[in-house]
Amino acid sequence: MNMVRNHVLISIDANTIIAGARAVEDALIKEIARQGLSQEIVVLETGSVGIEDQGVVLVVYPEGIYYTNITPAEVPELVEEHLLKGRVVHRLMLKETPKRFVITKEKTGLMKEQPRIVLKNCGFINPESIDEAIAADGYQAAAKALSSMKPDEIIAEVKHAGLTGRGGAAFPTGLKWEFASKVDNPVKYIVCNADEGEPGTFKDRLILEGDPHKLIESMIIGGYATGATKGFVYIRGEYELSIERLEKAIADARSYGLLGTNIFDSGFDFDITVMKGAGAYVCGEETALIESIEGKRGHPRNKPPYPITAGLWGKPTIVNNVETLSNIPEIILKGAENFKKYGTEKCSGTKVYTILGHVATPGLIETEMGTTLRDIIFEYGGGIKDGKRFKCALVGGAAGAFLGPDMLDVKMDFVNLREYAAALGSGAILVMDEDTDIVDMLKSVLHFFKHESCGHCVPCRLGTARLVELIDRIAASKGTSKDVEGLTRISETMKDTSFCPLGQSLILPVSSSLKYFKDEILARVQ
Amino acid sequence: MMIKATINKIEVEVEEGTTILEAARIVGFKIPTLCYNPDLKPEGSCGICVVEVEGAPAMKRACMTRLERGWKVHTNTAKVRKARKEIVELILSNHEMDCLVCVKNQSCELQHVASLVGINTLTYPRIEKKWAVDTTSPSIIRDQNKCILCGRCIQICSNIQTVNALTLDQRGFNTQISDAFNEGMGNSVCVNCGQCTVYCPVGALYEKSHTDKVWEALNDPDKHVVVQEAPAVRAMLGEEFGMETGTLVSGKMHAALRRMKFDAVFDTNFTADLTILEEGTEVVGRIKANKNIPLITSCSPGWVKFLETFYPHLIHLASTAKSPQAMFGTLSKTYYAELKGIPPEKIVSVSIMPCTAKKFEAERPELRSSGYQDVDYVLTTREIARMMKEAGIDLREMPDEPADDPLGEYTGAATIFGATGGVMEAALRSAYFLITGRELENIDILAVRGMTGIKEMEINIDGLALKVAVAHGLGNARILLDKVSAQLANEGKSEYHIIEVMACPGGCVGGGGQPWGSDMARRARRNETLFAEDRSLPLRRSHQNPSITAIYEKFLGHPNSEKSHHLLHTHYFKRSPVDGKVVSE
Repeated sequence: MNMVRNHVLISIDANTIIAGARAVEDALIKEIARQGLSQEIVVLETGSVGIEDQGVVLVVYPEGIYYTNITPAEVPELVEEHLLKGRVVHRLMLKETPKRFVITKEKTGLMKEQPRIVLKNCGFINPESIDEAIAADGYQAAAKALSSMKPDEIIAEVKHAGLTGRGGAAFPTGLKWEFASKVDNPVKYIVCNADEGEPGTFKDRLILEGDPHKLIESMIIGGYATGATKGFVYIRGEYELSIERLEKAIADARSYGLLGTNIFDSGFDFDITVMKGAGAYVCGEETALIESIEGKRGHPRNKPPYPITAGLWGKPTIVNNVETLSNIPEIILKGAENFKKYGTEKCSGTKVYTILGHVATPGLIETEMGTTLRDIIFEYGGGIKDGKRFKCALVGGAAGAFLGPDMLDVKMDFVNLREYAAALGSGAILVMDEDTDIVDMLKSVLHFFKHESCGHCVPCRLGTARLVELIDRIAASKGTSKDVEGLTRISETMKDTSFCPLGQSLILPVSSSLKYFKDEILARVQ
Repeated sequence: MMIKATINKIEVEVEEGTTILEAARIVGFKIPTLCYNPDLKPEGSCGICVVEVEGAPAMKRACMTRLERGWKVHTNTAKVRKARKEIVELILSNHEMDCLVCVKNQSCELQHVASLVGINTLTYPRIEKKWAVDTTSPSIIRDQNKCILCGRCIQICSNIQTVNALTLDQRGFNTQISDAFNEGMGNSVCVNCGQCTVYCPVGALYEKSHTDKVWEALNDPDKHVVVQEAPAVRAMLGEEFGMETGTLVSGKMHAALRRMKFDAVFDTNFTADLTILEEGTEVVGRIKANKNIPLITSCSPGWVKFLETFYPHLIHLASTAKSPQAMFGTLSKTYYAELKGIPPEKIVSVSIMPCTAKKFEAERPELRSSGYQDVDYVLTTREIARMMKEAGIDLREMPDEPADDPLGEYTGAATIFGATGGVMEAALRSAYFLITGRELENIDILAVRGMTGIKEMEINIDGLALKVAVAHGLGNARILLDKVSAQLANEGKSEYHIIEVMACPGGCVGGGGQPWGSDMARRARRNETLFAEDRSLPLRRSHQNPSITAIYEKFLGHPNSEKSHHLLHTHYFKRSPVDGKVVSE
């Protein structure tokens, strides 16, 4: 039997592929063979390891050494020094290893610093291998649920765990499932919302690229619990690699009998279809998403009726976000009590964040609910880049709020942030340093909304157009203080009268930027 | 189940499922609306009807929110009024405000709502968004610079008429109403029914006007201008002059037209009677020969284009008899021209129609059997009302005058052409006579009247069980035609012998050329007006019209004669379901 001495994980995700990951992988395999190490060194593909903007990333186990910005030119040196002679190449190592990377699965499991529930297997397993997924506890929760639990027991467990929707609205998932399970209809659907369109958010993509089987498993459990036998994953069309991996995972699951008829001999049938979005932000809103799956223009529907009673093709439909669903296996496998150990009293569990902007190490993390913004930026994100000072962070994507220094120590969870007129939203944390021009920032947010407004309702369609006109004038130093007042007035009307959350949420970036930076904005006008 | 709630502190008890808008009306509050229309599904696009509900995080749209038990609704708070005003200001910021020269001036719903919410200054400078005006259609003009994207036109076109000519294109601020490939309505499957123009709250959709050309002809001493008026016009024209819904104005209309200096004031009702003779004879012939059954009526030009476009395999079933408008056009330039000794090229034949599709029909190249374009200009009810006002004529003050001979006399059977089921009823009155030689005794055939979408009945004519069906509104026509298509394909024959289809809901009284805001409820009342005129007339069967007898004796010979076929019958084309263009005969 061969002893494998080192595993080299290469992160293959949309970003690293652009940076040349495939060429590096080829070079690695060839060089390892040339050095005669093929029997003892194994190169494995995995999803994102959580490091963004650092080129091709490799992790060498068991040491847990991260190499970044690797090109084929560095490969011979790496293989010779580290893999043959056992000497770490410090020159290529991730400079300061932030707290979040100091995890080795073997030693710590879910370690305190970064409890990994959703991202448990991301960056560890080969997402294209169903065997690796199964080896990493994949489908065990589904097996348990389908063979030893009744649907209402599953729902009770999820309710007890306190899991809430991670797409931004934070609606209790167990309650949603319970409503759906009580609707009497032979046809029900469960839809996974993977139309991740919030600027700066890419967590769902990395979850799907890193561990697509977890989502499939979660949907099987959700379908079984609610009585839905058909699942749809509505996924952003630009997420090519996610789509490819998810489709492969679904095909593999089918061939293993994990999707299809009589799953785990339980008599339960379930299958999943992948639907590609065509690039409209509004289709992340659940009713617009449903319209889009039906083949219609992505316009939101009036609620009620909610999708739970009349959704896709008028049938009861459960819509859950990727991250929300990915929590389910852990809850089923280890129980609600275990899940509740993480997070705050009102918001249990973890939250996956994407940290980007002026931080030293942008990327993907998962931390407990209630982690402060300070910890996220300064511990996990490695602090502000180039030693500059923190100005603010836009939390929750374009539809989120600017949070200034006074919010650094607020415990971040869905409930708590609401009290500060902010929102956790999608979990994007865009960090800005002291040199950032807040007017420019707001301008880009407002332009985004104008571009993405679906056009259905007057307040959003014309409100965004007016807002853009005002901010353009302010940014060009041609505005007046009346224009600044106009920003508030219009976004307040939009909050009160827009048809769907897209137009209603614009008040957050506008009012929060004015709260912190009114002087800076007024300084730009006459 | 009844539920209780309060609106502005006034208690209201309503059936569960009632919207806030309806409930508020019950207790005397009219919440302003703009995109809402009672005939259509509320879309909530404008947001003007927002109200506050105590405890709710956001305002609610009254038009589409159902009142719930115990709700405390406020329709008139400072916050609500501010929001409404702001929304109207936003709409105005993107609306071409050439109100004084707009076709919709004073009947514009946006104008009305702007005054209702108290807009007295314009907060925003106008956002420039210039679209080219779509003039490709022979019937309808589309000016998107005025469009407020309420979506009514799409709903009526897609959901009620099932034509699907209109759709939304682009997104957000760039959203526009579009047609296939953005080639213009004239290059689309649009059947010109004009329902979109009736439902458009602003001046974004309206008829292609022929008024200037008619004025020009009227003022040209060299031209002999004759006019015909469709049956449905007389049931509605009065409303344009402030008369009560459903006032019959046949006599006043003739008098007004005479005072506008039309050289001869005839009546489409005359050729409606003639149509019955031609079509009735045709259907009796088909039944006897057991060929091309069911016969489908062809008076409604929107319906004819719909049939040609979506059911090209059934065009052989359409009656070859021309529509009353087209028959009149031909006869005005042949029979009448000969009788009066006027060279047909000097005759200008004008029609007044409740219909926009009649403009399209008049331009059909095959409708030139007089040697000239049979009908020169088509005016909608709306256009003739404008012209009368321009001429200083108040319809209310007109005396009642008859139409001129020889193309003006009509029976009750002709006047009910304007109501759904009317053509069928008129046809049955005469078909009975044509088959049996006896008169039908009970001529009020109630089974085919009324606003039910598809009406069916069986009538026994000397042992022949004649089964007929009537559909109005193209969505209903589609349901009926799908059934007929399937029967023909599966069984080789259909259960029906005669089918009447009118493109517009309610029939011609609900036509696309009728006054703005012609809603379904009032269409039903206008139908009643026509049945009332029918009852009041001494002759109620088309074959009893003395002028009809005369024209056959003097000019045509007999129904379906060779001359009739040459002058009064037509043929149809197969059209593309993509652009509505003729593919083949």
